[in-house]
Amino acid sequence: MSQSLAVPTMAAFTASGEVPEVLFWVGCAGSFDDRARKITKAFVRILNAAKVKFAVLGQEETCTGDPARRAGNEFLFQMQALQNVTVLNGYGVKRIVTACPHCFNTLKNEYPALGGSYEVMHHTQFINALLKEGRIKVQGGGFNGKRITFHDPCYLGRGNNEYEAPREVLLKLDAALVEMKRSKQNGLCCGAGGAQMFKEAEPGAREVNHERGEEALGTKPDIIAAGCPFCNTMLTDGVKHFNKEGEVVVKDVAELIAEAGEL
Amino acid sequence: MIAQVVFGILLIAAIALFARNLGRIGRNIHLGKPEAINDRKAERWSTMARVALGQSKMVVRPVAGIMHSLIYAGFIIINLEVLEIFIDGLFGTHRIGAFLGGFYDFLIGSFEILAIGVLLACIVFIARRAIIQLPRFHKPEMKGWPSKDAMIILVTEIVLMCAFLTMNAADFVLQGLGAEHYTQAGSFPVSAAIASTLNLSNLQPSTLITMERTAWWLHIVGILGFLNYLVVSKHLHILLAFPNVWYSKLAPRTEFANMPRITGEVKSMIDPSVPPPDPAPARTVAGAEVPERFGAKDVFDLSWKSLMDAYSCTECGRCTSECPANLTGKLLSPRKIMMDTRDRLEEVGEAIDAKGKWEDDGQSLHSRISEEELWACTTCNACTQACPVNIDPVSIIMEMRRYKVMEESSTRPALTSMFNNVENNGAPWAFGADRRMEWTNS
Repeated sequence: MSQSLAVPTMAAFTASGEVPEVLFWVGCAGSFDDRARKITKAFVRILNAAKVKFAVLGQEETCTGDPARRAGNEFLFQMQALQNVTVLNGYGVKRIVTACPHCFNTLKNEYPALGGSYEVMHHTQFINALLKEGRIKVQGGGFNGKRITFHDPCYLGRGNNEYEAPREVLLKLDAALVEMKRSKQNGLCCGAGGAQMFKEAEPGAREVNHERGEEALGTKPDIIAAGCPFCNTMLTDGVKHFNKEGEVVVKDVAELIAEAGEL
Repeated sequence: MIAQVVFGILLIAAIALFARNLGRIGRNIHLGKPEAINDRKAERWSTMARVALGQSKMVVRPVAGIMHSLIYAGFIIINLEVLEIFIDGLFGTHRIGAFLGGFYDFLIGSFEILAIGVLLACIVFIARRAIIQLPRFHKPEMKGWPSKDAMIILVTEIVLMCAFLTMNAADFVLQGLGAEHYTQAGSFPVSAAIASTLNLSNLQPSTLITMERTAWWLHIVGILGFLNYLVVSKHLHILLAFPNVWYSKLAPRTEFANMPRITGEVKSMIDPSVPPPDPAPARTVAGAEVPERFGAKDVFDLSWKSLMDAYSCTECGRCTSECPANLTGKLLSPRKIMMDTRDRLEEVGEAIDAKGKWEDDGQSLHSRISEEELWACTTCNACTQACPVNIDPVSIIMEMRRYKVMEESSTRPALTSMFNNVENNGAPWAFGADRRMEWTNS
């Protein structure tokens, strides 16, 4: 899909004197990573289908500072955070939705101490709410008979106790939701958190994403569902490591819903 | 009378020694940075009731959980018996609680059944370490003292329970014989069976009295000894688990604490009209000036709560067995982080005791915990989820990373690139803000 999308910015909204229902925080992965861009677009199609008045910050968005903070660079984190808080407060932002659990955690939990308090939702929570309110409807037909296993992102699940929203959304697909042995609060990390995404893993016997990939493949899934662009990358790599990329796909919850709803 | 005096002296000495060592541990914990933790009190009490008192995280692994609950219940309830032993020992009475009648029978009966439960659990625990060899008990950090410590605790508990049951068995027979001083009291479901199996009634009353007295003394001296062993071993968790859980992190696991001093510095960097904050004053700790640092170089720079965590750790290794880095053969073991922190804190404490004040010894936490360990953490918090007493190794790892990066500028090269990208491009990759909307037409 390469049609261009009309995505309004906060600046444009403000110029027209309107207030969007929600700010969509795209995040760096969602903006720049080729794979994650597809997730971003799938989520935008959902927002459009649900007629959600949303806006993005566009060029005014910068990294939340999550990888800097977790790598120990508190100065850099706060430089980013205070800058973002200024922009967000400047626009009077109240509600934020993001498809990245790391942005979600930082915006929701760590910005209040720096003067930025918002109602922050992960996109799986937002989609779940749209489904419950009947603002979007999906037919799961295409997924009938498929097996889906969901990988809990640490920063959404164990970090913020959200295990149900992504699962409730996936159940709309009429597929069989199968759980890995290590799931929910016992879920295994994809290996990318804590700024590991941006460095080589320390030496060891194997890679974390291979361990997790093996476990996911052990459920004999057709689809491995993820809710985080970094988990997505790590798990895709894990599936490739076992030469299963022809049989098993790794997809974000938003992509699956966009697909099911033919959005 | 001599026995009473001996008992009294022993009791006072044991309690005094225990109090002194406990005070020393308290002093060591307060070598850490002050941190006010007294918010959300109702939630704290309920967390403590659930996690520490209710053992809710222990039973996640049912075998260990049930066995541990037996030992735990045995410990708490049999201590009621110890209260009676104290009174009998000091006043030369025998089974002073007997006036409780039927309730006393019920108590003694329950103690005996629990004692058998504790024995069984200790044997299973020894088997898990020595025969089944569960991998988490045989990680590199468990060599030497840590595994010996565990065995000493288990064997001592077995000895204590055997002494308790022997004492009761001899007592039961003596009561039946109507021996002087051994008035009829209590219900002995387990020890009566032991007495009849071993035909104790064939023994002379004087032999039985020797047996009862020996077991009585062994039991109480063992308990007093054990009390003092607590403070030098991982067994301290039986005391610290409760406050440690009360003070545990209630914020979302992945929320990292803010560094307010940096906020001031950054604000003044962004806006030159904001004056930079006053330099943080050095703290005086154990007679030495400890400069305010970014992150943790040594135990002084960690929150006192992290130091309490270190003393609360039972080295059970549930954290390490869930840690993705450790699972994939990397050097990091969250349990080792806790053990290293405690070992360093003990080392510092001993130096302070020896010299009366702290003098820099050229060592630090980083002498024990390597960069490779620190950089292997994914901050996934599997360790904090797994810990039965809500210990938080991630916060120690994070404070040490902060020190490495902000005080020593020492990090992994790829992270330096990431920092540069975030600083210059506002993204961890080398893409400028002008490309942020490209996804709309890609």
